[in-house]
Amino acid sequence: MKLLNKVVPTLVASVCLSASIGMAGTLDDVKAKGFIQVGVNGDLFGFGKPDEKGVWKGLDVDTARAVSAAVFGDADKIKYTPLTAKTRFTALQSGEIDLLSRNATQTLSRDTDLGLNFAHVNYYDGQGFLISKDLGIKSAKELDGATVCVLPGTTTEQNVADYFRVQKMTMKPVVIESTAELSKAFFAGRCDVMTSDASQLAGIRAVAPNPQGYTILPEIISKEPLAPAVRHGDDQWFDIVNYSVMAMIEAEELGITSANVDEMKASADPKIQRFLGVSPGNGKALGLSEEWAYNIIKLVGNYGEVFERNVGVNTPLMIERGLNALWTNGGLMYTPPFK
Amino acid sequence: MDTASSEKIPFLRDPEKRALLYQIFTVLGVALLSYYLISNTLANLERQSISTGFGFLHKEAAFEIGESVLDYSAADSYGKALLVGFINTLIVSFIGIVLTVILGTIIGIARLSSNWLVSKLSASYIELFQDIPVLLQLFFWYAFFYEILPAPKQALNPVTGVFLSNRGLVFGVPEYHPAYLAALTALIVAIIAGIILKKWAHRRQDTTGKSLPTGKIITAMVIGLPLLAWLLGGAPTAMNTPVLKGFNFKGGVTVTPEFTALLLGLVLYTAAFVAEIVRAGIQSVSKGQQEAAVSIGLKPGQVLNLVILPQALRVIVPPLTSQMLNLTKNSSLAVAIGYPDFVSVAGTTINQTGQAIEGVGLIMIVYLIFSLSTSAFMNWYNKKIKLVER
Repeated sequence: MKLLNKVVPTLVASVCLSASIGMAGTLDDVKAKGFIQVGVNGDLFGFGKPDEKGVWKGLDVDTARAVSAAVFGDADKIKYTPLTAKTRFTALQSGEIDLLSRNATQTLSRDTDLGLNFAHVNYYDGQGFLISKDLGIKSAKELDGATVCVLPGTTTEQNVADYFRVQKMTMKPVVIESTAELSKAFFAGRCDVMTSDASQLAGIRAVAPNPQGYTILPEIISKEPLAPAVRHGDDQWFDIVNYSVMAMIEAEELGITSANVDEMKASADPKIQRFLGVSPGNGKALGLSEEWAYNIIKLVGNYGEVFERNVGVNTPLMIERGLNALWTNGGLMYTPPFK
Repeated sequence: MDTASSEKIPFLRDPEKRALLYQIFTVLGVALLSYYLISNTLANLERQSISTGFGFLHKEAAFEIGESVLDYSAADSYGKALLVGFINTLIVSFIGIVLTVILGTIIGIARLSSNWLVSKLSASYIELFQDIPVLLQLFFWYAFFYEILPAPKQALNPVTGVFLSNRGLVFGVPEYHPAYLAALTALIVAIIAGIILKKWAHRRQDTTGKSLPTGKIITAMVIGLPLLAWLLGGAPTAMNTPVLKGFNFKGGVTVTPEFTALLLGLVLYTAAFVAEIVRAGIQSVSKGQQEAAVSIGLKPGQVLNLVILPQALRVIVPPLTSQMLNLTKNSSLAVAIGYPDFVSVAGTTINQTGQAIEGVGLIMIVYLIFSLSTSAFMNWYNKKIKLVER
């Protein structure tokens, strides 16, 4: 079954590639078919996973909904394709999906070799270690000789191997493709430590038999800027996705929320007027309606709302804003002027 | 008259030429289709700036692999990492096939036993293991190992130097010494001598009618010669014993839960099918053959070895080959339970390099090599055991 997961998209890729995808015009394609096909995680709480009613929830899902709101004025004109870490890029390259919003780390080789373009980062993450408190380990530097549970198909395998080499330590990886299977093996004690992006570890810990028994070590061993991605070669579509993410951040900075966006339309601040399309220009430049940013905030919310709703301290993930706070609050979230 | 034969047959009415024409068209069609697919794929990859080719095989892999018989580290190339995966698949398939054939034969014969309990037990084994999807069985065995067995610090220690924990079975092995090399050479010599002896005894029996207890002689040689070599080499006894150090055992040899679960799952599953094949093969030999063999005074073992099995094997071997191929291909389910087989390593390689088409191509080639060489061997064996018509 897992093999099929890998082989099928590749075959689809080779067939679809030969069936020739239009280089430009994703926006026109999307408008013509009436929905955006979005690749998501499908199994990652807080980022992309359907809730018990089957409604898709998560930070990555809300990012895609923002794009839908910008394009259609309706946040839910989306069809979701759950993808594994291995199939995600192929699905995008082959044209099976229009947008990949699946906690993917931006790297140089993905940007170039794989023919992708990454939009603005929607979550600054980093790889860490989850470990049982019973072992009494306080630092990742004490992990020499450990057996490490690793989720494959990400940069995690490489990062952890690099880290252990630099520290002159040895490790034994146990690589299992499904998060659920791997977590079970980890909680049963098959591995001493589990490594993945810290956000994922928070999610995995939340479903542990005893979440209090586990801790995330202080060392963060990699930079993982997670960003939505589109195919190379369609600049208009790239701009739309890019500015949809940034609009949420800009709105938080301007103090616009889904609750007050209608009042804000009457604001005298020219920055807010431009942003919400009261003074037109931005929409036309992107090839969208002037209401695009208004729709994003009204239907999805600003970045702060989206963060707190999906992964914030009041969710089971209990993640602090940290690097994901606005630059004005000491974080990295910063956008160019919307004019 | 030869007017009919000398008259030129129109080209399209000549069945031979027509057949040739069809074949040429088919080959042309296939060639054109592949050319279209390949050139189009390449053109599209090019246009999307996705690089192609196998250059990545020389790049540093930079990821660790859980188990390897080769000396592998993250600093080695993707090519070597894939080789490690290839060998891991080879090991699990080879051991799996050997165990499957042994277990399947035993159960198949037990299924025909006149003992009610034995035959019913084998029947339930076959029904149970045949009817549960192999992936579920793998999950079951894997979970069984990591849930039931204790952590390394509380490892079970049934015999000195042997530890059983959720990290696997760890046991001591003899420290390297030249005497072991001599013993290994002696073992190979004993096996070759055994084969020659067996052939000679066979010929002697054909000409003189005297039989020789080759089984006992060969057993004595296979055990005796290496033992002698080891004694002459100074009888070294130093052991490389595992010691619990930090998180895990250092030293000795580890059989991981992933490997054991995969092997167990594949063997138990495939053996159920093999048992049915063996049973069908034995039942295909008519009862008269056995009765005739007994009536000329052959012992029960000889009846089985000289009369029943040679005839049953003709029926058994072709479907058995297909089960062997199934086992090899099912070993790719290893990714689900973390055994680093070829598919697992290739999957990591694909993800890190993005060379999906090359990676999947490699996977296909590797399984094709495994399957073709298994069939080639089994076809050779099948030809060898074919009934010689006199």
